Amino acid sequence: METSIWHALLYLVGILAFAGLNAAYLGYCERKGAARIQRRSGPTEVGYAGLLQPLADGIKLMSKQLLVPKGVDGIIFRAAPILAMVPAITSMAVIPFSGNIQARAMELSVLLLFALAALAMFAILLGGWASGNKYALISSTRAVSQTLAYEIPMLFTVITVVLISGSLNLQDIALDQQGGFWRWNIFRIENGHFLTMWISFLIFFICTIAETNRAPFDMAEAESELVAGFMTEYGSMGFGLFMMGEYLNIVVAACLTTVLFLGGWDCPLGLIPGVWWFLIKIYILIFTFIWIRWTFPRTQIYKLLNLNWKILIPFSMVNLLITAVLIKVF
Amino acid sequence: MQTIICQPATTPALFTAEGVVGVIFLVTIAMVVIGGLIAVHAQRLVRAVAGLALCFTGLAGVYYFLLSPIVAMMQLLIYVGAVSVLIVLGIMLASPEEAAPVDEKPTTDIKHRSVLAGPLAASIAGLLFASLAILGLKTQWQVFPREGEGDIHAVGITLLTTHGMVFELISIVLVMAIIGALVLAQRGRN
Repeated sequence: METSIWHALLYLVGILAFAGLNAAYLGYCERKGAARIQRRSGPTEVGYAGLLQPLADGIKLMSKQLLVPKGVDGIIFRAAPILAMVPAITSMAVIPFSGNIQARAMELSVLLLFALAALAMFAILLGGWASGNKYALISSTRAVSQTLAYEIPMLFTVITVVLISGSLNLQDIALDQQGGFWRWNIFRIENGHFLTMWISFLIFFICTIAETNRAPFDMAEAESELVAGFMTEYGSMGFGLFMMGEYLNIVVAACLTTVLFLGGWDCPLGLIPGVWWFLIKIYILIFTFIWIRWTFPRTQIYKLLNLNWKILIPFSMVNLLITAVLIKVF
Repeated sequence: MQTIICQPATTPALFTAEGVVGVIFLVTIAMVVIGGLIAVHAQRLVRAVAGLALCFTGLAGVYYFLLSPIVAMMQLLIYVGAVSVLIVLGIMLASPEEAAPVDEKPTTDIKHRSVLAGPLAASIAGLLFASLAILGLKTQWQVFPREGEGDIHAVGITLLTTHGMVFELISIVLVMAIIGALVLAQRGRN
């Protein structure tokens, strides 16, 4: 089964469908969520309750002319949006959606996810540079300084999880947490890990918001300061691909949070574990992302970096130390 | 010494798992070669770095095919994710208004060069290639045994026991780099 080409093809189609559906409908969910929070109704016209709006948006974006403005670096300008999508879809290959739904149970899947996140950052950087626009350039330097900085506490908190599970394999990490919410890494009773792991979770969650460039940390596309940041010069499907990449990064971040801290596909009370629990958890996390975006104002770039270097990094380092001591003592 | 077992030289059909893997291998090789060529030939620095990043990504694939997934991941994380990004960032901050390359320069320069320049360069390159090829083919390569199964567990243990010295030396280099960066940043602030 593992070497059959149909196995790979099936997962390829499945992951592409999952990615496409999510990228399209998270845009819809975000507009609806924003509308509810701002006491509006959001999209209502196309289809029942505006449910066909993503389809209409997609057709509109695809039928528009792909404008390449004068003075841009043509090749990189066209390649950057594709580069923004590819790592996010590739990361889904190693995510264990349930005990037996995983395209590739790789030994180093945690490392692979972070390596691919680095590639996604490259897309923003190149897209911003190739636009030949000052706003875009400022935006991409901001994005890179932010992403590089927030990777440090993120990796420190991931190390705490890896220490507890003793594996870099996402499937092993999830299997280690089966059997009820008291075995999940965030509330883990054994060895007294619940004392520090919720701090780990909090740091990790803040870092994922910053890594995916979401409000209140969306310094890269701060529309009141930088028009639309690195996406300023992009229209039609170039813009569409960047947006899809952003939503897919959110999905991957939610999946990673679920696997690392929330027990993967495990049910809170140990009943009928399965892929549905995984989906419920990731959509709750994604809802939280949307909720935070529309209820918090944007911070400033120096406050953002101060938060990282002066609070998150020291906390995550101390946290790592305490976790290691707890494992050693018990 | 270990003997390297060569696979029988039958080409698998394209639409089997082996065939697809073969195509992916060729793609990674193409990425290395094309990326390297872009890095050398590009007129704009950022394009050259993008080519370099492509080359590194392809190299990560080659490492993966050499059954060293850890090195492949590190190649992606460090060389693509940190080194290339830092180079691009440095170039962007240094010269954001880089003009498009002017086409006149190379044509005028060639006229001033000696007639011998081309053949000389070609012969040196050929000599270099030939000597490297002979070196590669004639040397008795010593094959080191794999550390355990090549998994992260075995690598981690050997890093902290057998190769502990190297590990410590690398950390000293990194600490020196960090302290140097701090000193430079502090001087800039004053």
